[in-house]
Amino acid sequence: MTGVPLVEVEDLRIDLDDGSRRVAAAEGISFRIDRGETFGLVGESGCGKSITALALIGLLRPPLSIGGGVIRFDGKEIQHLSAAGQRELRGNRIAMIFQEPMTALNPVSPVGRQIAEMFVLHKGKSWREANQLAVESLASVRVPAPERRVNDYPHQLSGGMRQRVMIAIALACGPDLLIADEPTTALDVTVQAEIIELMRNLCAERGTAILMISHDLGLVANVCRRVAVMYAGRIVEERGSADIFRAPSHPYTQGLVASLPRLGSRAALGRTRLKEIAGVVPAITGFPDGCRFNPRCAQATDICRTVAPHTDVLEAGGFVRCYHHA
Amino acid sequence: MHEPQRKPDDDLILRVEDLAVHFPLGGGLFGRERRLLRAVDGVDLSLRRGECLGLVGESGSGKSTVALSILGLLKPTHGHIVVDGREVATDSQSADRKALARTVQIVFQDPYASLNPRQTVRRTLEDPLRVHGVAAKSEIEDRVATMLKHVGLRPEQADRYPHEFSGGQRQRIGIARALILNPKIVICDEPVSALDVSIRAQIINLLLELKDTLGLSYIMISHDLGVVEHMSDRVAVMYLGRIVENGDWREIFERPAHPYTQALIAAIPDPLRHAPLATTGGDLPNPLNPPNGCAFSPRCRYAEAVCRSEPGPVLETRPDGHAVRCWRSEEIAGQAALASSLSGHP
Amino acid sequence: MKLRANLVIGGSLFALAIIVGLLAPWLAHTDPVMDANLMNAEEPPSWTWWFGTDGQGRDIYSRVLYGARVSLTVGIVSQLINSVIGVALGLSAGYFGGWWDDVVNALTNLMLAIPSLIFALAIMAVLGPGLTSLLIALGLTNWSFTCRLARASALSLRNQGYVQAATVLGYGDLRIMITQLLPNMLGPIVVIGTLGMGSAVLSEAALSFLGLGVRPPFPSWGSMLSEARDQITTAPWLSLFPGLAIFLTVLGLNLLGDGLRDILDPHSRSRRT
Repeated sequence: MTGVPLVEVEDLRIDLDDGSRRVAAAEGISFRIDRGETFGLVGESGCGKSITALALIGLLRPPLSIGGGVIRFDGKEIQHLSAAGQRELRGNRIAMIFQEPMTALNPVSPVGRQIAEMFVLHKGKSWREANQLAVESLASVRVPAPERRVNDYPHQLSGGMRQRVMIAIALACGPDLLIADEPTTALDVTVQAEIIELMRNLCAERGTAILMISHDLGLVANVCRRVAVMYAGRIVEERGSADIFRAPSHPYTQGLVASLPRLGSRAALGRTRLKEIAGVVPAITGFPDGCRFNPRCAQATDICRTVAPHTDVLEAGGFVRCYHHA
Repeated sequence: MHEPQRKPDDDLILRVEDLAVHFPLGGGLFGRERRLLRAVDGVDLSLRRGECLGLVGESGSGKSTVALSILGLLKPTHGHIVVDGREVATDSQSADRKALARTVQIVFQDPYASLNPRQTVRRTLEDPLRVHGVAAKSEIEDRVATMLKHVGLRPEQADRYPHEFSGGQRQRIGIARALILNPKIVICDEPVSALDVSIRAQIINLLLELKDTLGLSYIMISHDLGVVEHMSDRVAVMYLGRIVENGDWREIFERPAHPYTQALIAAIPDPLRHAPLATTGGDLPNPLNPPNGCAFSPRCRYAEAVCRSEPGPVLETRPDGHAVRCWRSEEIAGQAALASSLSGHP
Repeated sequence: MKLRANLVIGGSLFALAIIVGLLAPWLAHTDPVMDANLMNAEEPPSWTWWFGTDGQGRDIYSRVLYGARVSLTVGIVSQLINSVIGVALGLSAGYFGGWWDDVVNALTNLMLAIPSLIFALAIMAVLGPGLTSLLIALGLTNWSFTCRLARASALSLRNQGYVQAATVLGYGDLRIMITQLLPNMLGPIVVIGTLGMGSAVLSEAALSFLGLGVRPPFPSWGSMLSEARDQITTAPWLSLFPGLAIFLTVLGLNLLGDGLRDILDPHSRSRRT
């Protein structure tokens, strides 16, 4: 492992142009992912986690655009890369899987062809070779009878099988980074376990780093080594994944961990009233001043309502963006 | 509903007996056999007054079909549904429909699609009262105001349209609509899974509060076992149209007896441990072509020859009321207890 | 909200046509029927005769103003009849499904297969010319698109949660259709209705041109065109001005329909999520 991190994001800002004005849908986003590392971005809808991933892979489209900051991939700045440069990066070195594999797959093309295409496009293989590699890819994502399945169309496969195909396409060219945006949200829990294990094992074997995006803190904490929690366009806390559940530091993270009924807690502690986080998630156009969590925070003071807090590095590792953190 | 029947157990507010809902699918052309989707097959359920019954299962397990049948929206192929002493008939007169509406209601999963975008909250809550013969303006206004207070909304919010509310507030409106006719049973169909994570606790607490203050009985449908464990008194687990396990919540979560229930619980990621998830092997089988014998046998790590033989296992109720549909549950229960004591689940 | 050009221009043209029709008795220079004077026959447009005069010396300007009454009445009323028929059939077909849906579908396909103007012609032939026959003929022959649209909307809306909720609350079918489905499909139906009005104005012109519309001497734009066709080379103003009136009204209605589609389209409306 070299000293250069695989991904380095510094003070990234993503603008949303709603016709009359620009608002920052995400700002001050900084994180790094090392080679082969698993990193999670957690947050609720509209917190900016998915657009951060799209910025990384160069897929931001109007009305969204990068408003500032630096994204380095393998030491090179990529935020202003040309379309051709981004295409070269995508698929080849950065790959992505989405929540709903049905919409991400081409419905009128057999899945084998869609995998083979990756080898033809990015590795310069002949279709003949590529088709053979597609069968191997399907086998590697444990699709039963891959020789027959290559000829299937996406609608002939179950949700879990489609997500396997997506993973096969994503990992076809041996990327350095796999971005997984809510990869199992549409799937049942036993199928989720299959897909998560498959993704985790394949990436570990090949040394592929994972950037996992989800609203499910429990899942991300289980899969990833480090987790960043986003709220209303900012990262509010970044920690080792075990720490973030055991000793959350930011009041928002504390609220999230305390508010979710965890399996086994009722048996251990009896049924207690769940701790609520008061209020509602702010809309992009109405982010509050100061710390964006302040209207919902029990510990908020005057400074929280006016000046956004800087990041505090924690002794135990990680950082938090709060004046009153634990 | 027909005339009141003899109540075998006055404590029960809902009895579902041997419910089956089959959907014939096309494909009868050129002598091919007509296919039958057995969405629900031989389901027995009961709900006591003031109880919350968790109904758990993955997509295609039939839990929503059961709910729609109880609501009178689907016609059972056979079986009986007895609500508050009266049998639900789907080919019923409108008077029967209305009587059922005053007994069973539902809270939907998606608070965005389940509210009419062109109606104010007031209209959404007042119309049902008028349909059910409440004529006095003052009574209608009182009941709407009281219901809004119950679900934590302010009276002045009544004249707004759904798009002016957040997802959590919309779900409160959906709950108010379900409760406005003072029903006895509320079916909660994934009531929090479409909401933002930080909002879910508000709605779960509200539902539990309302259950106690209004003396409601719940059927809680969810795939989130944490929520089910928190809310339920009893839990029924469904797999491919049948109930595979049914019992007290503590029994189900601490001593799950069916391999499928065990797999469901084991598949939940433990946030405190960076450990691999327990996998079951394979996807759900095609419900049009269910496996022989026990429907879970192709994915079950305990399966033996007997599990694949016809007929499949029956739902056997133990003396303590815990019912399991598995040939090998006793042997498995022993192994599972051993495993959980070794792993030290939190 | 941003005002859209089609909406403004289309709405203004349509409003202008309505105002002109309503205020015709005050705006007109002469009586459109009685003030015939062969001394002034076929005068070209001038300061005295703004749009010129016809073969019987009647003022074209005044006749075009009065003609708006017939054209717009036919356009609006016949399209209203079409919309009511189309929505009633389509909405109930989509909501109930089953044999009723099959019947409505068959009927709609039949209507689409017969050119509506030919069908209207046949009805006119039975009923005889006149304004009432015109309204009936055009009102019965152009509902198939509205019906298709209402059926498709009802099919997708009936699975919405709030429609299910209304069923569970014990609402009757009619109440569900009127309070839950109809308000949510009205947008596109209004758009189709506006466009339909434009085509009804054209159909009126065509039928009157063929002598099946409003009986002469009372003016309608179509009958004026019909009377003017022999003099199109010698006195082009006879056909120019009624033609222009039809053109601008239909253009206005089409622009209005487009504009309404833009603002009523749920995809273009801002949604809070």
